[in-house]
Amino acid sequence: MTKNKHYWNQYQKEIADDNYFYERSCIRQSFFPGSETTFLKILREELGKTIIDDPNQHTCTGIGYHSDVVPFDTTMTVCARLFSLMKDAGFKNYVPSCVTSFGVFTEVIETWQNFPEELEKTRNFLRKATGREFDIPNNIVHPSDIIYKYRTELKNKMKYQLINQETGKPLKGVEHIGCHYGKIFSKHAVGGAEFPQVLAGMIEEWGGEVVDYPERRHCCGFGFRQYLVMANRGYSVANTKKKFDSMQAYKPDFVLTNCPGCTMFMDRWQYTIAEMEGITYDDKKMGIPVLTYEELAGLLLGYNPWDLGLQLHQIQSESLLNKIGIKYDPKDKFVGKSGTFLGEPNKPEKLIVDYEK
Amino acid sequence: MKNKSVIIIGAGVAGIEAANNIAENGYNVTLIEKENLLGGNLKNYAKLFPDFYEAGEVKNNLINKLNSENINVYNNNEITELFFENNKWQAVNSQNQKFLADAALLTTGFTVFDAKRKEELGYGIYDNVITSLEFENMYKTGKITTKQGNIPERIAFLNCVGSRDEKVGNHYCSRVCCINAVKQASEFKEIYPDSQAYCFYMDMRMAGQFYEELYRKSQEKHNVIYIRGRISEAAATLDNKIQIKSEDTLSGLPLKMTVDLLVLMVGIEASIGTNQLASQNEINGEYGFAKSKGLYGNDNITNKKGLFLAGTCKRPLTIPETIADAKAAANQIIKYLNQI
Repeated sequence: MTKNKHYWNQYQKEIADDNYFYERSCIRQSFFPGSETTFLKILREELGKTIIDDPNQHTCTGIGYHSDVVPFDTTMTVCARLFSLMKDAGFKNYVPSCVTSFGVFTEVIETWQNFPEELEKTRNFLRKATGREFDIPNNIVHPSDIIYKYRTELKNKMKYQLINQETGKPLKGVEHIGCHYGKIFSKHAVGGAEFPQVLAGMIEEWGGEVVDYPERRHCCGFGFRQYLVMANRGYSVANTKKKFDSMQAYKPDFVLTNCPGCTMFMDRWQYTIAEMEGITYDDKKMGIPVLTYEELAGLLLGYNPWDLGLQLHQIQSESLLNKIGIKYDPKDKFVGKSGTFLGEPNKPEKLIVDYEK
Repeated sequence: MKNKSVIIIGAGVAGIEAANNIAENGYNVTLIEKENLLGGNLKNYAKLFPDFYEAGEVKNNLINKLNSENINVYNNNEITELFFENNKWQAVNSQNQKFLADAALLTTGFTVFDAKRKEELGYGIYDNVITSLEFENMYKTGKITTKQGNIPERIAFLNCVGSRDEKVGNHYCSRVCCINAVKQASEFKEIYPDSQAYCFYMDMRMAGQFYEELYRKSQEKHNVIYIRGRISEAAATLDNKIQIKSEDTLSGLPLKMTVDLLVLMVGIEASIGTNQLASQNEINGEYGFAKSKGLYGNDNITNKKGLFLAGTCKRPLTIPETIADAKAAANQIIKYLNQI
């Protein structure tokens, strides 16, 4: 455990206080449909902040860019169009939901700062294509930075803590940061690239204990080409397996992530590993729940787990909910907002998804 | 006593050796040291490469010669300013006390690289990641153990920590770490012959006399295993061992192994005093070291009249090189004092 070794506190960054322009992720709404809505709700209703969710927003090209199908000139121009939407809205603090988008934007802005001719070129491209103008944001942060910044304020509003109700001990959390959060520019990561504090700070502030295991910094298994190229998917699973093999001995209660790819693959590949190898990483054969930071904050604030969309994860979360002591109604798990029963998904053969206390 | 004087800033190997040589020639020497004890970085070592000579003996032999009445030693004095004014070199300490002389010699030496800056190696975070200096301190006690008090079954030494590393801004080679790792690995194996020692390196630079022989002996007698590759990451395991990842670049294969103790061979950087006083006098060279007038015959003089350099304030040097350099500086200073 690294609880008392915080010298990486020197890596801090400016996180704007208020008035944010939010950019949604291409894939998060499919993978973890409650997370972005929960983030907006937390900012508006719990913290009283102003945040714009513009319906005209679009891709940042991140997946295409990192797959080498979108050239960088195009990426810069598409990013510039997103910044032009922020300019129209009169905002200066840009908050992209996706870690890959965050990495793309920081890379684009760094390019413009170091090569002003690229900035001028992008302005011309955008002008010719759309007639629009843009400003470089004053502040660009990831939503996890904002939750980290206000972690104490949120703690004061929380109904639950990361404490095991049966033992009274802190719950053990594995934190995993998206590569594009800190590994492109460590100066943009709270805590730097090697021991980022952004998620660890949330876990510790909210009563939990961070697990420092040997493969803490190893890839989650996404890695774009590892997954996007079908022939490489075995490599993707192998990476995820390496991480879980390494963390298993520490008996973590949950995994916390801030990247859509990490959440997706650390969650879904547990099913794949269970079906392929018969291995699960907890005592009850249910796997280790993998949460986004919005979902974790929402849970502790007392939001309904099914409104947060936890039933749509591969690894079901009831074991964690019970450890924390969160009240929920199992009957509502697959009931839609209209009150209609939506049906239950098919069950895996080896991974257990029905919780029995 | 001749009525001329020199201030020497830094009472390490270079400072003490130069002081002795200058005082022997009848000049008045003011030797100023920021720490309580004299000896500089030499104090940190138990035995020296390549012959395992006792470092304490070298230090004591140097210090014992400081009994000349021509030498005044001021320890616990950190010089913060050095300048030439009213035809005198003036050194000012942190209490604003002034020392005046006709010439000044910088022997402010080096400091070791702060291994925390290589965050991926986990120094300062994991108990069983230590520096080569900490290894020396343990070796002085005759026992090398993990933080938990166990005898390491496996130990790894990593060269070039803070040297030849673009990421930390140090492109240069610290010159002494390779042979020091060979020495320390051999020392470890002498104590614990049943344990295994690994040494990770980029190049083994065995350029000094008897270095190659020691390197060979470490392999033939002690079975130290040398792996050509840097360590990309170190992390603690549940039982407080250190998992390291590297690449064996000779076989072209990635490598992951667990050791009980990881020793970081920290490189040489200019000390704060070197950097500060060299900058004040516009003789600051690359990487914060002080810059001499030229390498060929002018390596102890500077562009400032009466300001001289010796030892590792200029660049990484071994102890014999430092002693020779200090003698050369003393010779230059004596020549200068005779002329003014």
